Amino acid sequence: MSEPLLRVEGLRTWFPIRRGLLQRTVGHVRAVDDVSFQVPVGGTLALVGESGCGKTTVGLSLLRLVRPQAGHAWFDGEDLLALPPEAIRERRRQIQIVFQDPMASLDPRLRIRDAVAEGMHAFGIGENDSERTERVAALLSRVQLDPDAMWRYPHEFSGGQRQRVCIARALAVEPRLVVCDESVSALDVSIQAQILNLLSELQEERGLSYLFITHDLSVVRYLADRVAVMYLGQIVEEGETERVFAQPAHPYTEGLLAAIPSIDPAARRLRPRVRGDVPSPSDPPAGCRFHTRCGEVFERCTREAPRFYAVHDGGARCFLRETPDGATAGSVEDGAAR
Amino acid sequence: MTERVLRVEALSTRFPGSDGPVAVVEDVSFEIERGEVLALVGESGCGKSMTAFSLLRLVPRPGRIAARRIEICGRDVLSLPVPEMRQVRGRDAAMIFQEPMTSLNPVQTAGAQVVEAIRLHERLDAGAARRRTVELFDRVGIPDPTARFDAYPHQLSGGMKQRVMIAMALSSHPKLLIADEPTTALDVTIQAQILDLLRELQRESGTSILLITHDLGIVNELADRVAVMYAARLVEEGRREAILGDARHPYTQGLLRSIPGRGRRGEPLAEIPGVVPAPEEWPPGCRFTGRCGRALDGCATTRPEETRFADGHVVRCHVVAREAVR
Amino acid sequence: MQAHVVSNLVVGVLGVTLAWVSRRAWRSPLWRRAAAGVARRRPASLAVVLLFVWVALLDAVSWVGAPPGAEALSLRKPRSVIDRAFPVDWNERSYSRPLAHVEFYGGRVLRHPGRHLLGTDIIGRDVLHLTLKGARVALLVGGLTTLIVIPLALLFGVSAGYRGGRWDDFVFFLISTLAAMPSLLLLIALIAVLGRGPVQVCVALGVTGWVGLCRLVRGETLKLRELEYVRAARALGVSEGRILFRHVLPNLMHLVVITSVLLFSGLVLSEAVLSWLGIGIDGSWGQMIDQARDELSRDPPIVWNLLSASVALFALILAVNRVGDAVRDVLDPRTVEDRG
Repeated sequence: MSEPLLRVEGLRTWFPIRRGLLQRTVGHVRAVDDVSFQVPVGGTLALVGESGCGKTTVGLSLLRLVRPQAGHAWFDGEDLLALPPEAIRERRRQIQIVFQDPMASLDPRLRIRDAVAEGMHAFGIGENDSERTERVAALLSRVQLDPDAMWRYPHEFSGGQRQRVCIARALAVEPRLVVCDESVSALDVSIQAQILNLLSELQEERGLSYLFITHDLSVVRYLADRVAVMYLGQIVEEGETERVFAQPAHPYTEGLLAAIPSIDPAARRLRPRVRGDVPSPSDPPAGCRFHTRCGEVFERCTREAPRFYAVHDGGARCFLRETPDGATAGSVEDGAAR
Repeated sequence: MTERVLRVEALSTRFPGSDGPVAVVEDVSFEIERGEVLALVGESGCGKSMTAFSLLRLVPRPGRIAARRIEICGRDVLSLPVPEMRQVRGRDAAMIFQEPMTSLNPVQTAGAQVVEAIRLHERLDAGAARRRTVELFDRVGIPDPTARFDAYPHQLSGGMKQRVMIAMALSSHPKLLIADEPTTALDVTIQAQILDLLRELQRESGTSILLITHDLGIVNELADRVAVMYAARLVEEGRREAILGDARHPYTQGLLRSIPGRGRRGEPLAEIPGVVPAPEEWPPGCRFTGRCGRALDGCATTRPEETRFADGHVVRCHVVAREAVR
Repeated sequence: MQAHVVSNLVVGVLGVTLAWVSRRAWRSPLWRRAAAGVARRRPASLAVVLLFVWVALLDAVSWVGAPPGAEALSLRKPRSVIDRAFPVDWNERSYSRPLAHVEFYGGRVLRHPGRHLLGTDIIGRDVLHLTLKGARVALLVGGLTTLIVIPLALLFGVSAGYRGGRWDDFVFFLISTLAAMPSLLLLIALIAVLGRGPVQVCVALGVTGWVGLCRLVRGETLKLRELEYVRAARALGVSEGRILFRHVLPNLMHLVVITSVLLFSGLVLSEAVLSWLGIGIDGSWGQMIDQARDELSRDPPIVWNLLSASVALFALILAVNRVGDAVRDVLDPRTVEDRG
């Protein structure tokens, strides 16, 4: 396998919980706890999980918008997480992010043109204002918006259109990796399809890589080459999309797949459900973090944490997948390139 | 003959606009039988939530409701004086909302709120109401219900809060439950639990449900019949199998095709081009004309008539009407 | 440089600044819509405020020089436009009722019988004249002080909210301490130190008045800092300084405008209190009211000077408050977004 564009190892981002008059740290919210994955060049890795699993924090940590405690993120031979603050800004050109809420991520007082050109300004793309305006026009056309829209304000547009503006804004600095943080979750289904198609085309055209963060597995199947499932700050399964869908190796993945309502009128059956609620990330269960909700739990799960065992082309963090020789998915556990 | 729990005829709800009143719900008619689940489906802004609010006369000012008939359990609610309307609300027809975070009062315990709902409609002393509440909590699947009675909303998860809402809604044994996007704000595994719960409760008690949603998967899980709305109007209705398996209206078809579940990597998703038009841009005829791949010349100028197929499957579309004639 | 020349220059600078700001604001449809909204909601109050502003400006522009045939004395004193609306020897010797023909005490015939619309005060000055001149002082107090308050509040508030940490702790400590001190005593102390001129009074009022706006600005900055579009800008590689100026500051402006308008009336009233204590600005309505205090105990009481100043004060503050309410309604970000 060729060298991935982004290789993350052992990412850990904990948020301190402070209490009391002196604001002493009494514990941590373990938002991201020892996460490792890879994003292929020109391909898409989907990071899937429900609320509180830490997937958004992963995206923010990579962009250094929050500060991780430990881990490496190898991008083009450099560790993003070890960069000094001045160098982070330079790197931001290569990795962009499209957020979930298109209304909140556009400054309501800036015209569209200024919003899209802001990144160009910051990195000195384009010789002068009129050239930047031309580039903005080209970008807006590419995301299927009328270039004249650039003189209007965000509140004059619908959610789907604003999200296109956000995509144009991210593309303006010519990144190589785009983190899509729940970028289509707030959109209607018919608009979602348009945006997904657009993202797919852009990937083909420009050789972009995506880290697609979402809770919607059906979206994953359409866009991602590989998928990593997160639960309470850890990756519990990773592998090629089709394989994970056809043969999920972790009970949580099974539960997620079973929970998606199907629209096939003939397929209305009761499938095994995941029980209970998600525990708090500040106090995860001992042993396997999923054991409190697992339908196949046994005694060992409550006291020992499973390692990430190799499964097919990826891995799963479950004792059920423990191989006799205890082989773990090499590239993910100890950082060696495959 | 099965009794009709809800009967709506020619409902229109209007809000004042810059160019005159805008009907955010226009000429909507449907019925729900006893024990039936009807799903009202559409994307954001189509008017489905406002339809639900109109039934209980909960439309915010300055909206105005106009209808030929709105009957809940045989009673005409349009002309009821407000105190009697309040009796209908919660007792004959109850509603659960989308955002469990904000639907519960943050300074009252969960149990207290349900007790309040119970005692609004029944004469029970505090002890009896408390016992009934704990029973309800157990029935909706809240673990350790006695302890949870004294919990404040912020101590409960989203799924738990929604269960409390359901308990509150069912406390007075309503004949009709109106559920406005009850699972949209929840995680998918929790959503599955709540849908199972609703299905179970519905079977046990025979409550009818008007389910408002944009998710066709949820429709498949719960509904018996489906009505599809677009730009304030109903465009298609029918049984679940008919709508999901044999949709006739171009919008419904487009909606079903855009759902990514079926697509594979590398194949573009079928999309509906364009965006939902704003009220100022509504043509006098069919409002889907601008985005419809099969629009004919007369589509934008004349309102589509109903074409009826077997088993209550109704479609409002010129193209479908023309094809049916042949 | 003589005082009146300074005053003329200031008016000139003010006029230019106002013109420039208005042009920039006019280009943005958001501000245009806001202005139209205010005009639509409170036309009468807005007109009153503008009238007072106009009178104040007229009184701020003054020069030396007399109409032909006037007394030599008057040639040395600079007279404003308002002053020139009245004849040079307009003053009487003492009190007279509004529109009276004779003096209040003694009954001597006035120099200009029946022409003093609001009467004259203890040294014969025309009350209408004084009231009109009071407008300039009121607007000076409100305007200059606000110009001192805004930069102070923004500097401390934005830096505290944005940087956080120890600096924020320090600023918060400063604000809380200042807010806890009785402002009147602090004012008296400051004026004792600085002296009694109009600028000194404005500085004293500014130093004690910036705390409220600062607290608001700090709170709003804390909120804005976490908004997604600020994060998005950071992710785009925009430098922190630019984020501050392009994203945070413009979105604070509505708060600043609203608070300033409402602060204005508080400042004018504060000056009135200072005049009551004898340490206000010469020529203000507060001073007029203070001087008229004793006259109430006379028999018959002399009320027209007191009434005139009070009505003018009341009218200005009422109008400013009503316009302020309209400004707040119009600039409230919730209404801005709902229009989408």
